[in-house]
Amino acid sequence: MLAIRDLRVSVGALELVHIERLEIPEGRRVGLVGESGSGKSITAMSIAGLQPREARLAGSVRFAGRELVGLSDGDMARVRGARIGFIPQDPTRALNPTTRVGPQVAEALRLNTPLGRGAIRARVLELFAQVRLPEPAALYHRYPHQISGGQQQRVLIAMAIAARPALLVADEPTTALDVTVQNEILRLILELSRAERMAMLFVSHELGVVRAVCDDIGVVYGGRLVEFAPAGAIAARPRHRYTEALIGANPGLPAGDEIPRQSGRRFTVIDGSVPAAGRFPAGCRFRNRCRHATAACETDPPIAPGEAGAWVKCWHPVAAGGPP
Amino acid sequence: MTALVEVRGLHFRYGSGRRGAAAGWTLADISLALAAGGTLGIVGESGSGKSTLIRLMCGLLAPDEGTLTFDGRPVAGWLAAGRRAFLARNQIVFQNPRRSLDPRMTVARALAEPVRALEGREPGADELVAGLLRVGLQAEVLGRYPHQLSGGQLQRVAIARARSVRPAVLYADEPTSALDVSVQAQVLNLLMDLREALGLALVMVTHNLAVVARLTENVIVLNRGRIVEAGPTHEVLGSPADPYTAALVGAAADVSLAGAGWGAGGGGHGGGDGGAGGGGR
Repeated sequence: MLAIRDLRVSVGALELVHIERLEIPEGRRVGLVGESGSGKSITAMSIAGLQPREARLAGSVRFAGRELVGLSDGDMARVRGARIGFIPQDPTRALNPTTRVGPQVAEALRLNTPLGRGAIRARVLELFAQVRLPEPAALYHRYPHQISGGQQQRVLIAMAIAARPALLVADEPTTALDVTVQNEILRLILELSRAERMAMLFVSHELGVVRAVCDDIGVVYGGRLVEFAPAGAIAARPRHRYTEALIGANPGLPAGDEIPRQSGRRFTVIDGSVPAAGRFPAGCRFRNRCRHATAACETDPPIAPGEAGAWVKCWHPVAAGGPP
Repeated sequence: MTALVEVRGLHFRYGSGRRGAAAGWTLADISLALAAGGTLGIVGESGSGKSTLIRLMCGLLAPDEGTLTFDGRPVAGWLAAGRRAFLARNQIVFQNPRRSLDPRMTVARALAEPVRALEGREPGADELVAGLLRVGLQAEVLGRYPHQLSGGQLQRVAIARARSVRPAVLYADEPTSALDVSVQAQVLNLLMDLREALGLALVMVTHNLAVVARLTENVIVLNRGRIVEAGPTHEVLGSPADPYTAALVGAAADVSLAGAGWGAGGGGHGGGDGGAGGGGR
């Protein structure tokens, strides 16, 4: 469905992203996890053709048999509108505040489907029902500020899936939402991807969120994909030292019987902070913050394959099958 | 044990002048107590009133009804007698240090300011350096401006600043949610270290239940301005009695690494878990 080989995204002389390989088979949900500055969002936006004007793409992104890198803006817009749906991070900024929400979704259908006026309106109402917006007919005529943040995100999801895309790209779609609303939206996205057999690229800074939704997870640091594995495996047995440290730093809520033992327990610290773009060390991008780094890490680590399509790009990974 | 901070029957709404217009309270019927050196987590979703509550507790807002006492004396009385003594003992660290620190002030000036304003004296350079070292920063940071520091360094400066006037209570309003995941742990550990070393009481507003589990002994859960559950953190999170608390804990567990998630296996079935029902919010 989607295959990336040596995708490089740069602005001027600055290379922001170099993803050596990433595949999303049909109907499969792949998550990209990383902190700010990791390049996860620009990767997702580049795949959807929404990267900033000044960004240059090199390498290969094959989607449904077609090379996307090098497509003209017009061709990319057609592929994106019809075959790739995009759910943005902040619904309050993605919707036009001066236009009612129904017509905004109708416009996406007018541009990307052959439907006529009446059919478009019917399809918008059907989409609103599908994303479980209450009273679709009434909501059609509301302005964005008249509905809640969760409802706004549902409108954007309706817009993203309007043309029945084969791939859904979601860039931190729930970051701006409270946890209970977040989970409703996550489950909706998951359910839609299953029902419509849509493949998905889901970007988030929360490993737990990605784990809840995705089949496979890629971990991004310093513009590089450093580890890739089935979702359950990466949470239970991370192999890259960065993934391991990230889980220690943000372990998430433990199971109920474990909570009494949590009081006062320190978090595992990752030293330093994420460098600015262009300031990452050569070789392994994480080595200046890694407690396992040696001289070997000054050289770019090779991709070491593991089980079930998993791989890790680290000179000193956690032993495979070792304790979590 | 007498409480250091005590809140009884507190009610608050913004713009109280227009009474009767929209009768809803931002906070209603809030009662709680905090012992010296104790820790309290305040959790709830956006709009629950949790940030408003700590602003009331540290004297930045005044309640409409109810009483608020600090060290056995009404907060209103503390403030009427001159704000300094109260503010020095009740310090707050905000969510985003880039917004809470003045961009035109060096770290040295930012650190000196509360000592100057609240203690009426000029701190020496060695005092400032000692304050920085306590939060894991080096002396060279003194001459820097906020834009020259990372978010994690800035939050350390904000903590050093709050600590410099020797507060009895440190209030923290989502102190790590503007920081990168890999930096959050540093700041949270620092708060735990300082609290233990200085015997500070800590009141922490957060949406992150894992943080509450580690940093606080007691917790209150706010929903639409009311306390729906309160108690020892491990009991409230481990076996929530209120349905809203249970929903919060369940939601956090669903997206925790220990949780099962809904995507595992990637099968074609609908998950059978009731779907994303509701959809109204």
